[in-house]
Amino acid sequence: MIHERKSIKYLFVIITAILVFISLFPLAWVVRMSFMPNKIIAGYPSDIIPPGLSLSNFGRVFGLIKGLDAVKLGGSGQSLNFFRFLFNSLFVSSVMTLSQVFFSALGAYAFARLRFPGRKFIFNLYLSALMVPAIVMIIPNFILVKDLGWLNTYMGILAPSFLMTPLAVFFLRQFFLGINKELEEAAIIDGAGRFRIFFRIILPMSQTALTTLAIITFINQWNDYLWPLIVGKDVGSRMLTVALGVFRSQTTNGSPDWGGLMAGTVLATVPTLVLFIAFGKKVVNSIGFSGFR
Amino acid sequence: MKTFTFFLYKYGITGYYFLSESGFYCSRRFDLSQHSPKTIKNVYTQETISAIFFILPSLLGFIMFFAFPLIRGVFISFTDWDMFNPPKFIGLQNFAALFKDDVYWNSLWVTIQYVLWNIPLQTVLALLIAVVMTKIKSSSLLRGTLLLPWLLPNVVVALLAMVLLDPTIGIINVCLKSFGFGPVNFLTTIQLALPSIAFINIWKFMGYNALIVFAGIQGIPQEVNEAVIMDGAPPWKAFWAVTFPMIRNVMAFVITTSVIGSFQIYDTVAVATRGGPGHSTWVMNFFITKTAFEEYKMGLATAGAIVLFLILVAVGFIQMRLMRADESD
Repeated sequence: MIHERKSIKYLFVIITAILVFISLFPLAWVVRMSFMPNKIIAGYPSDIIPPGLSLSNFGRVFGLIKGLDAVKLGGSGQSLNFFRFLFNSLFVSSVMTLSQVFFSALGAYAFARLRFPGRKFIFNLYLSALMVPAIVMIIPNFILVKDLGWLNTYMGILAPSFLMTPLAVFFLRQFFLGINKELEEAAIIDGAGRFRIFFRIILPMSQTALTTLAIITFINQWNDYLWPLIVGKDVGSRMLTVALGVFRSQTTNGSPDWGGLMAGTVLATVPTLVLFIAFGKKVVNSIGFSGFR
Repeated sequence: MKTFTFFLYKYGITGYYFLSESGFYCSRRFDLSQHSPKTIKNVYTQETISAIFFILPSLLGFIMFFAFPLIRGVFISFTDWDMFNPPKFIGLQNFAALFKDDVYWNSLWVTIQYVLWNIPLQTVLALLIAVVMTKIKSSSLLRGTLLLPWLLPNVVVALLAMVLLDPTIGIINVCLKSFGFGPVNFLTTIQLALPSIAFINIWKFMGYNALIVFAGIQGIPQEVNEAVIMDGAPPWKAFWAVTFPMIRNVMAFVITTSVIGSFQIYDTVAVATRGGPGHSTWVMNFFITKTAFEEYKMGLATAGAIVLFLILVAVGFIQMRLMRADESD
């Protein structure tokens, strides 16, 4: 091996430390602020652990501390119900993940293994949809969802990517193409149908790809802002990201309810963090080698 | 089983073998004596029938929410429509109106400025971080940590930035103050708002892009690099002469996706600056959504979206040409 000078090695370690700090500091700082009641936020802008930490911001955001008590703590007194938004986000993201991954996998299998007229044509159509910016589809889709009467329902938020996204189909097709055919061929000899093969062989063998896709789909849905904002602004179907945006726009620019906002922000980050700690390595590797976006 | 396929193949049944992608699929259904065209057709039809079931859900989703809206969008862009009264066909007037609309031109200019702030710095950073990743012994922790900002919701990223950059309570301004600089209104000063948004998104995407470049560098055979360094070239020279040309395609991929993504920036702007101050962060997507969902000018907004689409097609085309031109030398 080539021997490198020690000073250069140290330089890289220092750069790494700086990079890690830059990546993590903003998040850590917000967690700190989420425990600070509004009254002390201005007084202790730089202490790492300021005095007077409490859970009151979370209490207010979840609607456990209401009315005048909330106003005393620096809130606007409006009722906040992040339990509902948290549930909406969890529910919509979970349903979306299951359905999108499953139906995309069905389609991807057909493109990878079955011959049928128009296979190439349809697949190329799917691929070309990757090129179109989301905003072009959002306006007509909004009108469609409105005509279907799905505004402010879970259905409305779920509809556009419920059955497929071009990227999911493409990603899974690439993976299925790499699976060895021998097992499938043996199964066909034994008289198994295509659906049986799909459920008994292909899906179990694709667990890595399916998990990666599921994590990315969940996080994408959880993070999505513009579409849920347009079709699901009502409290009943409001996603957490939209709730944060609304919360932010309700606070005046002079003295925003920082404590409440930060508590909501932390809340919106938790599932991402949990998924990331549990499956982070898988995601990192899949991005490294497929450029998944 | 393998040998059986092999024999089928050897005795000239190649046509059928290749007809279905799996040799056994055919081999089971006809023995060597009766391979009539009719049987082949049966196999073909059976596969088509199961294919229909496999593909139907995704095809339905594609037609309803990708293909149909795209066609409908083109139609809407030729109409004057507020969503409540019936649409009125006005030909290309929306496009003509956009052409004369100062706010639209401004949004195009703001978006291009944003891309220019974003891309060079983001690309250089991604390359530098990727090199650091290759030099650190166990870099998976570093890679994971740097990816975290990319996984956060844009709304959260915007709120993080707002709180850190706040002139009175933001830690960045508190630090600046301790060095004797006055509070800087990063997000509410016309000259600073757009660069600040660009920096926020550089923070978000640097780890992700670095990871792709890192994977590209990993794909290069180690011996190549080592051989050059053995020859006495300093490491940085070896990098420019050997590594960099070999990851040019990866770099092109990173730049292309970043440019296309940057042209569509919306969430950060919508939460952190709402297009302001003035129109200084009034990016194209912000113009389009505002026109559609606050002014209810569906035709004009869709026309704006289609222009954005055409710009992105042009950008992609130019980048492809540049890549090809590079390859030929």
